Amino acid sequence: MKYFLIILVLLNLSCKSEKKDAIALEIHDFTGIEPYLSLEGSKTYVVNFWATWCAPCVKELPHFEALQVNHKEDVEVILVSLDFPHQYETKLKPFIQKHDLKSKVVVLDDPDMNSWIPKVDPQWDGAIPVTLIYNTSKRLFYNRTFTYDELETELQTFF
Amino acid sequence: MKTILTLLVLFSTVAFTPVTIDKGYDIGDIAADFKLENIDGNFVSLSDFKAAKGFIVVFTCNTCPYAVAYEDRIEALNKKYAKKGYPVIAIMPNNVETKPGDSMEAMQKRAKEKGFTFPYLMDADQSIYPKFGATKTPHVYILESTNRGPVVQYIGAIDDNYKAAALVKTKYVENAVDALLNGSAVEVPKTRAIGCSIKI
Repeated sequence: MKYFLIILVLLNLSCKSEKKDAIALEIHDFTGIEPYLSLEGSKTYVVNFWATWCAPCVKELPHFEALQVNHKEDVEVILVSLDFPHQYETKLKPFIQKHDLKSKVVVLDDPDMNSWIPKVDPQWDGAIPVTLIYNTSKRLFYNRTFTYDELETELQTFF
Repeated sequence: MKTILTLLVLFSTVAFTPVTIDKGYDIGDIAADFKLENIDGNFVSLSDFKAAKGFIVVFTCNTCPYAVAYEDRIEALNKKYAKKGYPVIAIMPNNVETKPGDSMEAMQKRAKEKGFTFPYLMDADQSIYPKFGATKTPHVYILESTNRGPVVQYIGAIDDNYKAAALVKTKYVENAVDALLNGSAVEVPKTRAIGCSIKI
């Protein structure tokens, strides 16, 4: 029994550590990110551009998480991280893990910013955070931060 | 920010057309001079540079990773172009209460560590960056001195690769200043880049 318990504990530990290593980042250049900006499913897509080094981004992130949890059926939140490659292991992965992010995280690594920023939206000058909300009938770009209530109110205009 | 915007809107409806105030300078606009404290305690204005043909104004700071990635390149710009008549003027626009890492003391320390040879000014009351329409760090405005005043000739990024100076294909700022020095038009007057939003 003792051994069994020890094995259980060990198994449990190894599971935990496995989970820790299991975060695989989905990293793309802009060509790889572009499809996420024009998905044609039945949901409303909320795409937030952020980074762990961006304080206002980190502050509003829980609202996007809550939005995803509260609208599982009809909303897909996509968090596009602009973190630096040398901080994927030291900052981004630990952040995703610590906050147990439920939304989909994709990483944009494409240094030729001037070429792709206008493709996200002509209004965007490159400061983050910004958010794109769209579905098959409506599309809006937000150069601003959100509280949860503001996000929810904005989302309702898409239904 | 909201308060600033409200004030600006109120002010602008009285004194100006709202459009120019809201968005800041566009290409061809005349930039207003300013008087801001430098890291050496002196106050610096554009008009102090009597012989300047123009200026490379860079809104930058200590704390933004993109700004940090460009520190050496900003210094290199000053080394190359100050003697040709286009000095770099760096302005730190963040609210230091929000970003203590951008305090005057921190700016002095960073400038010393990195050996900055350009003025590193603080927009202490955060009144200058909205005039320009700067939204992030780093954010560059190239001004050309004319008898009408400093004319905005370029707005945007330093180059096309924040990650590695060695992999840069297009040096937007250098191309623009070179064109101005040659008396020709700036081919790419506006570019965009990711940056940290200015902290209010």
